[in-house]
Parts: sequence; structure tokens; C-alpha cells
Amino acid sequence: MKLTKLLMTIAIVTTVSFVSCKPKDADVQAAIETKLKAKPDMGAVSVDFKDGVATLSGVCKDDVCKADCEKIAAEEKGVKSVMNNLTIASVAPAAAPVTITADDPLAKSVVDATKDYPTVNAAVNNGVITLTGEIKKASLPKLMMALNGLKPKKVENKLTIK
Amino acid sequence: MELTEKYKQISDAANAAGISDLQVREQDGVLYIDGTAPSGAVKDQLWNTYDTIDPNFTSGDLILNISVSTGADVTKVKVTTDSSNLNIRQGPGTDQPIVGQAAHDEIITLISKTNNQWWLVRTENNEEGYAYAQYLSPQ
Repeated sequence: MKLTKLLMTIAIVTTVSFVSCKPKDADVQAAIETKLKAKPDMGAVSVDFKDGVATLSGVCKDDVCKADCEKIAAEEKGVKSVMNNLTIASVAPAAAPVTITADDPLAKSVVDATKDYPTVNAAVNNGVITLTGEIKKASLPKLMMALNGLKPKKVENKLTIK
Repeated sequence: MELTEKYKQISDAANAAGISDLQVREQDGVLYIDGTAPSGAVKDQLWNTYDTIDPNFTSGDLILNISVSTGADVTKVKVTTDSSNLNIRQGPGTDQPIVGQAAHDEIITLISKTNNQWWLVRTENNEEGYAYAQYLSPQ
């Protein structure tokens, strides 16, 4: 009888002390957040913690960052599992070098593009299209659109606008 | 970076309008903006902005190369010349012989887009050849 009582007391004490040791949800959440915020690239990650499950959401720059965030959350005391809902930021394509059409094909295309503007003279030199002569204001954007589409280095517009 | 700033309104508008493959780069004192617009109206809007920032495009510091996307299913194009007929040529180039003509506002068949300047087309009279893409509007 005495032994049973003693065992029960131990059991209760253990349970109570275990429960009291168990961190509160809000504290766990705050702890994970603090650790994530301290790291670069992880500032945009948010954490929700409930019933032992840490849910990560937001944007990470890559897979490594995503895995690291999950590891940080999983290592926190009180976390039983991690729901990793992080998405990877879409990477902007690296800026391709500017392609400039060589003079021969460029000059040929310029002839095509300016054919319907008899008052416009166009010269091509080193990728630069130089326009002289005159043009109606209404026709200018259309001509410029066509010339810009030929991938010249630049267009020197010296046209007189009528 | 000053040019990026000068033409920021264009690149911002391009982003907002959903220009795909948008590239904005500065090289040797010229800013290059390339991309594909979802419609001709979007392209016109960007050019209007360009005309506002640099009236009559006289600064020579921007190459705005915006093409207009045409769906893979587009097979009909309308001839949008000012008023004249559109020449249809044997090959892609104004030095090529004329093999036919399409009337202003006529709707013709697009066979393939050879490049941004020349498209292979076929008229109602079965004349087949290359026409200048600037005068063709996808239907």
C-alpha cells in the first residue's frame, strides 16, 4: 500500500514536472522565429506552432534555405514535427548579354523597314542606325518600333518631325 | 543606372502589364528593354510612355524591342497597312520579287513566322509568300 502510494506520488510528480517543463506554444513559436530572423535569407519565413507541429510558410531563396529552416524548427524543444510549406522564390533569369545585329543583315532589314517612308534616309554604321530627312509625327512611332525590333546598337533620330 | 531610372516608368509598366521574358539592361550608354507583350495594345502603351519621357525618341539612349505574342493557334492575320495593298514576296526581304498582293483589311492565312520582320502567308487567291509582319495583325 505504502509502495503503491509512493509510486503514485512519483508518477504525479514526474508528470507535473514534465508538464511544467514543456514549453508553451507561443514560446516555442517565438523561439523558432527569433532563430530564423537571425539568419540571412530567412527573414521572409513565418512560423505557426500548435500541438507540437511547427508550420513554416513564406518564401525561401532556394532548397538549401528551405531545408535549413526546417532543421532549425525541428531542433526546437517541444517540436514533434514540422510542416514545411515554404516556397522557393522564382529566380529571375540571368541578364542575357545584349545582342546587336551585325551591319550587313541590319542594313538589309533597315532597307525593308524604311521602304514605305520615302522621305526618310537611314544609314547603318557599327550597329548604329542614323535617321535623317523628315517624317510625319503620326508615322514616327511605327518606324521606330520597326527599327528597335531589328536589334541595333542604337538609333540616332535626326529626323525633322512634321 | 541613370538610364534605368529615366525609363523606370516603362519597365514598371512592362512588369505590370505582364510582358514575358522581360530584360532590362544598360550597356555603353544605351538601355535595352526586350520582351514579349500579350497584346498590341500593351506594346502601344509602352511606346506612348517612351514618347512622353523622350519626345520624338531623339535621345538615342533606349532600344525598346517589344514583340507581340501570337498564340500557337493563330492562323489568320489581317492586313493593317495605312491604305495600300501589301506586297507578298518570294523570300523574306524587299529585294525579293513580288509574287502577289493582299488588299488593305483583307484577312489572310498565316503559315509561319519566319522571323520578327517577315511572316510566310497565303492569300485567298492561294498566293503564297512573305509579307512584312508590321502590317499584319493576328486575328
